[in-house]
Amino acid sequence: MEALYLLIPLSTLLVFLAIWVFFRASDGGQFDDLEGPAMRILHDDDIPAQPDLQDHI
Amino acid sequence: MHDDGSDAANLCFHCGQPVPAGESWTLDIGGLNRTLCCVGCQSVARLIVESGCEDFYLRRTVPSARIDPEQLLPPELALVDLPGQTAEGEVSDAGDHAQELVLSIDGLRCAACVWLIEKYLARLPGIDMAELNVASARLHIRRDPARCSTSTILRGLHGLGYTAYPFDPLRQGEQARRAGRRLFRQLFIAGLSMMQVMMYAIPVYMTHEGIDPEMMALMRWASLFLTIPAVFYSALPFFTGAWAGLRARAPGMDLPVAIGIAAAFTGSAIATWRGEGEIWFDSVSMFIFLLLASRYLETAARRKSAAALERMQQAFPASALVLRGYPLQRETTLVAASQLQAGDVILARPGDTIAADASLLEGVAELDLALLSGESRPQAFQPGQEAPGGAVNLSQPVLLRVVRTTRESTLAAITRLAEQAGQGKPALAQWADIVASRFVVALLLLAAVTFMAWHLIDPTRAWATAIAVLVVSCPCALSLATPSALAAATDRLLREGTLVVRGNVLETLQRADTILFDKTGTLTQGRPQMTALWSCIPQAQALSVAAAMECGSLHPLAKALVEEADRRGSATCDVAELGSVTGAGMHCVIDGVPHRLGARHFVAEIAGPSMPAELNQPAAAAAGSVYLGNSQGWLARLDLADALRADAVDTVAAFRAQGLRVILLSGDQPEVCAEVAAAVGIDEVIAGCTPQRKLEVVRQLQQGGAVVAIVGDGINDAAMLRAGDVSFAMGNGAALAQVSADAVIMSDRLSAVAQCAQMARRTMRIVRQNLVWASVYNFLAIPAAAFGLLDPWMSAVGMSASSLLVVGNALRLSRATRAARQMPASAPAALPALAGGA
Repeated sequence: MEALYLLIPLSTLLVFLAIWVFFRASDGGQFDDLEGPAMRILHDDDIPAQPDLQDHI
Repeated sequence: MHDDGSDAANLCFHCGQPVPAGESWTLDIGGLNRTLCCVGCQSVARLIVESGCEDFYLRRTVPSARIDPEQLLPPELALVDLPGQTAEGEVSDAGDHAQELVLSIDGLRCAACVWLIEKYLARLPGIDMAELNVASARLHIRRDPARCSTSTILRGLHGLGYTAYPFDPLRQGEQARRAGRRLFRQLFIAGLSMMQVMMYAIPVYMTHEGIDPEMMALMRWASLFLTIPAVFYSALPFFTGAWAGLRARAPGMDLPVAIGIAAAFTGSAIATWRGEGEIWFDSVSMFIFLLLASRYLETAARRKSAAALERMQQAFPASALVLRGYPLQRETTLVAASQLQAGDVILARPGDTIAADASLLEGVAELDLALLSGESRPQAFQPGQEAPGGAVNLSQPVLLRVVRTTRESTLAAITRLAEQAGQGKPALAQWADIVASRFVVALLLLAAVTFMAWHLIDPTRAWATAIAVLVVSCPCALSLATPSALAAATDRLLREGTLVVRGNVLETLQRADTILFDKTGTLTQGRPQMTALWSCIPQAQALSVAAAMECGSLHPLAKALVEEADRRGSATCDVAELGSVTGAGMHCVIDGVPHRLGARHFVAEIAGPSMPAELNQPAAAAAGSVYLGNSQGWLARLDLADALRADAVDTVAAFRAQGLRVILLSGDQPEVCAEVAAAVGIDEVIAGCTPQRKLEVVRQLQQGGAVVAIVGDGINDAAMLRAGDVSFAMGNGAALAQVSADAVIMSDRLSAVAQCAQMARRTMRIVRQNLVWASVYNFLAIPAAAFGLLDPWMSAVGMSASSLLVVGNALRLSRATRAARQMPASAPAALPALAGGA
């Protein structure tokens, strides 16, 4: 039971740490696009790029 | 107006819309010959296949947007390469050569669009990186400007069927986006705080033998610290909202919420400090979280439509005609509007938006300031007077001298537009707001009375009961009932290609009993197509000669002929000494024989006065004829007419089936109108209308008690669109019509109006359900709370659940279940060659 006297303040600190991490991630743009990565991950490219593409442009 | 997907063979492979009868654009995609509906879709599909991206058709989940052939390459695109214009797109120089460019993209539909855009751009020479942010529809590109110009990128994206604009933070509603981001953070913090506080609250609720008082104190202090971020950061919107409501003397639903949070938190904090009494930290943080969640869902739906509106408005005033040599020369050059300097002389044609604040030099102008001031009548301007940027010239071409640069002067117009999108509230929502605001005052009084009464009965429970009353009542549900349903419906319509600009559209459309259609450009396509060909020589030969003579011309009739020849796959033919006579036609020499194409009298000059009987057929009333002849005689007659939209008949029938009075209102000749009306099934025709007359017709109908819906597209419809109870403008129509209308049909499908009407009925049904629920809930819950039957935490759950229920019910509207999502033959099984290669 005595361990709780340490654990409860520690958990409170952890939450504030989590808030700090969240704000940093949010500032870094982690949450700017929540849809795009989910769309991209399914579309990997197995077909090699066509070298003659430059002719079309 | 569901598309009948059973006959997939008649749907365009690219855009999924029905292929007009007799059209036959085809392209080899993935080893099979695919049918396409128009030259626009064909050229987009060809570019996709040629750039090795044909996998796009396997990956996509919804059909692509239809591409109007005329919009494939707007001339303004070239302007973005000019120095000064690109500056607003470029954010920073990265490294010595690489440069970053930010574009905003319109027309994203599904995951495959992201793949296609990124893949296509990555293959362009000079591009290091292309990354698309789907949520904000922004494309970040790092490229070497010397090897890859901005216009190359824009042209490429246009070719793929997407519209891109240089990104301008001012126009993109950066502020709204930042506010959305803050709301997300607040929601996250509230959730984190709620979860952790619950951990300390649950043992207290669960335990039977009581907790060690020291441990209890520790948990209370921990809860206090964990609730602080929720109250002082996450709950800020409620406090600022309550304060704003108080200052405006119109207390909204934020006030009881704010008082409830403040009272519960303060009471709990005092109890923690003293070490005795009840605490409600768990209720406070949960309340904040659930309320923010419903608010977040609602704003997310609303913001999408506001952003789409801004993107649409970006398209105008993008360019201006400058007279460099004024007053000596009158030649105009097209420049980017952002390049205009004070002192430049610009020409504004009828229908043009004046690009910057400018003073009138020549001519008397009639300007439409509706966008800027809301004044609906055109205003006359005299030489010397200053006209504001964003005004639309209605009368004749005028010359103006720029007073301020575009950036400074059009700001007002843009801000106003952005506001317009969010502001318009239907009468029902306004009524709910008024009720909610009175309700709030009554509620505060009731809470005070409850507190006093319980103070006399049982002082220990007075504080808790008063908080329960404040928290349980749900004017939120009442206030959210309408806007959340409208936001969801608007979002859904937007995804289907209809942009609802003003909030009253859905409510009024559901009440409308009369619908007016304009003819040209609305019921019809607004551009001529070849309807008949009579000739004395083989038809293919006649058409190829005509197309060869017209191929350089920009005249709409000429384009129609060239398009028809392309469609039929006519062989080209060599022409020499090609020339044109204004107002008469074209002349050239083929194999040494002079040929003429154009008006009858013009061709008769070389082909002789008497026309063979084959060519002397009766023409349809709506058709115009072009003649072809050479020095040896008459060759052919080509009839061109403005064709009906493919979905015009169905749309009119849908409205008639609902019992609406359908009227065709047009400025065209009575015979032409009667023919079109008969073809689409409209009985009532009012032809030969000036814009003024159109307006009068609308007013008369309204005086007779009718609720009038209007569908139009041109400048001459603008006044009528503004006067109508609810109005739609076609996406390809004039900009003035679009800003005057309540909704813009960006998909350019007439059937969208009928879809919108169907959506309106569903929306109103959901709004009524929501209002009934909110009333019943409040009627039962408030007395229960006042008599002390509910604890604060129960109130918080009840109140938040009620809000979430209302929002959740509304969000049902945005769920797409329609048959239109299906695509023509796009399942992997239908593309064996592609599936095998991938």
